[in-house]
Amino acid sequence: MKPNRIGPWLIVLAGALYFFVPLLGTFEFSLRYLRGVYSFEAYRIVLADPRFGATLTYSTVLAVATIIAGVVLVVPTAYWIQLRTPKLRPLVEFITLMPLVIPAIVLVFGYLRIYNSSSVLPLTGTDRTTDLLLMFSYTTLALPYMYRAVDTGLRAIDVRTLTEAAHSLGAGWPTILLRVILPNVRVAVLSGAFLTFAIVIGEFTMASLLDRPAFGPYLQLMGANRAYEPSALAVISFAITWACMGLLQLFAGRTPGQLPGAH
Amino acid sequence: MQDDAGGQQMAEIGGLAPGKTFLEIDNLQKKFAQTAAVEHVQLKVTRGEFVSLLGPSGCGKTTTLRMIAGFETPSSGAIRIDGVDITHRPPNQRNVGMVFQAYALFPNMTVAENIGFGLKVAKKPAAEIKRRVEEMLDLIKLPALKNRYPYQLSGGQQQRVALARALAIQPQVLLLDEPLSALDAKIRVSLRNEIRSIQRTLGITTIYVTHDQEEALSLSDRIVVMNNGRVEQIGTPFEIYNFPRTSFVASFVGTLNILRGQVADPAGGKIVVDGQEVIAARGLEHTRAGDACSVALRPEIVSFGEAAGDGNHMQGTVEDVNFLGSVVRIRVRFTDNAISLDTFNNPRLALPQRGQTLTVSFPREAVLALEAPSST
Repeated sequence: MKPNRIGPWLIVLAGALYFFVPLLGTFEFSLRYLRGVYSFEAYRIVLADPRFGATLTYSTVLAVATIIAGVVLVVPTAYWIQLRTPKLRPLVEFITLMPLVIPAIVLVFGYLRIYNSSSVLPLTGTDRTTDLLLMFSYTTLALPYMYRAVDTGLRAIDVRTLTEAAHSLGAGWPTILLRVILPNVRVAVLSGAFLTFAIVIGEFTMASLLDRPAFGPYLQLMGANRAYEPSALAVISFAITWACMGLLQLFAGRTPGQLPGAH
Repeated sequence: MQDDAGGQQMAEIGGLAPGKTFLEIDNLQKKFAQTAAVEHVQLKVTRGEFVSLLGPSGCGKTTTLRMIAGFETPSSGAIRIDGVDITHRPPNQRNVGMVFQAYALFPNMTVAENIGFGLKVAKKPAAEIKRRVEEMLDLIKLPALKNRYPYQLSGGQQQRVALARALAIQPQVLLLDEPLSALDAKIRVSLRNEIRSIQRTLGITTIYVTHDQEEALSLSDRIVVMNNGRVEQIGTPFEIYNFPRTSFVASFVGTLNILRGQVADPAGGKIVVDGQEVIAARGLEHTRAGDACSVALRPEIVSFGEAAGDGNHMQGTVEDVNFLGSVVRIRVRFTDNAISLDTFNNPRLALPQRGQTLTVSFPREAVLALEAPSST
């Protein structure tokens, strides 16, 4: 009996070491900016760099826009598939998996070819439209995660009966979607939103090739030219990610009347 | 047993409700691909009537209900409420309340918010919503639970809230789709009495779908028995139980003995079953001597021992004696046919033994000649 109990714990311990040792190593290294003494100097330099704030703000704004676009695209789609066209689910799942199969660099070259300044839809013509293109690129990139999260949430509730109940009480489609369905998949949407946020904050390829001032290219730039600051940035990135996870847990815990299966 | 004129009158009362028709289902049909789920359903319901659609799974009762609610579009036919054709109206424009088997309460809303949802959608003033919600909470006797979420309620409480939510919008017709199926037996009985009492208090026209004959018999003003998408019989619970018109109705509603034999004298209602003569009070319509036919007998109408009068007597062998508490069920075999008879338990009752030869008796009026299911 005993080896059976120890076995899983050994695997958990190995996993934790694999995850935490490099992180602790990075953190320890980030404190060595000043010779012979541990300090937060690298963090001070990073935080004082105006490009840090600017790129982080840019990526955060873009992440929020991507989340909104993702929710607007995915929630009604997944809802409709669950409600009316369940036979299409395998096809839609396949489509949403495409961004995992096609490398980001291939996608961005495709975008540049189609939306360049001499094309019919010249999205790369100005900074704002390039931002728009980048947001749509991120929406595509986050699609597998957002779709799966929302689809799982929808499967945990009886979408059809809830829809019919609301319909019989006089509600139209927008009311059903906004006041009945969306609040009941809030946790799932938040999970998708968090994953989208994490993807957008760290994304490098698309932002770099579209030449936008995002956090990912800034991380790469620092990594290529500095020694200790990239480690400090990596730790800060982790902190931001974990803060997002904490917020998610906070929201999930406060969600009233959630179905147990929806968590 | 009724005479022919009486039978005719009964069929009319069963088929068409007396008084002004409020809900009319006119030759309704529904096909899914090539499969007909509902065929030629015709029903007229008067205001305030409680009608149950009764039948086994897949008989078309829920599809019929869903067409009334607007969740399914009929392939042909019409649905009218108070003379207005609503066949192609979307569900949110029908003013029809629906209670689902799975409760379908909105998990993100409290009891009060659930009940007030329809009124809020209709943009009623806040004070009116509050008043109506409180009325409904009083009606279902759950005013103390108004701030609870559905997951904090028992199944019975959830279904009462679902009923209050459907009634809050003051629908013209209330539809209930097997609302008690998910509940345990005790709650089921108390809640069905509550549903009936509320329905009587409000006088709301109600269509109730169930596969539970006891539920249908105890609740309904009239029952529509359905099988394979068609209506087998429409009638009061008394008519459905005592005068089933088809072998399906006879076997589906209550326990029934079916005896198969041959017609000996159609006009005299004489049938030969395993070499013994059985006489029905009514003549056997549309049959000729020598035709195969089936007759039905309720177990509770059959007694053992010779009975006085001109009733039927048959002799057979006791196959089994089952003690069921208040009732003892005795199974008697003739040759190819066997019947079960029920007798009330009595400590002084001398029960027959297995293998014993026994005479069973039943009145002529109890012999129900069964028709084949109608084709239209």
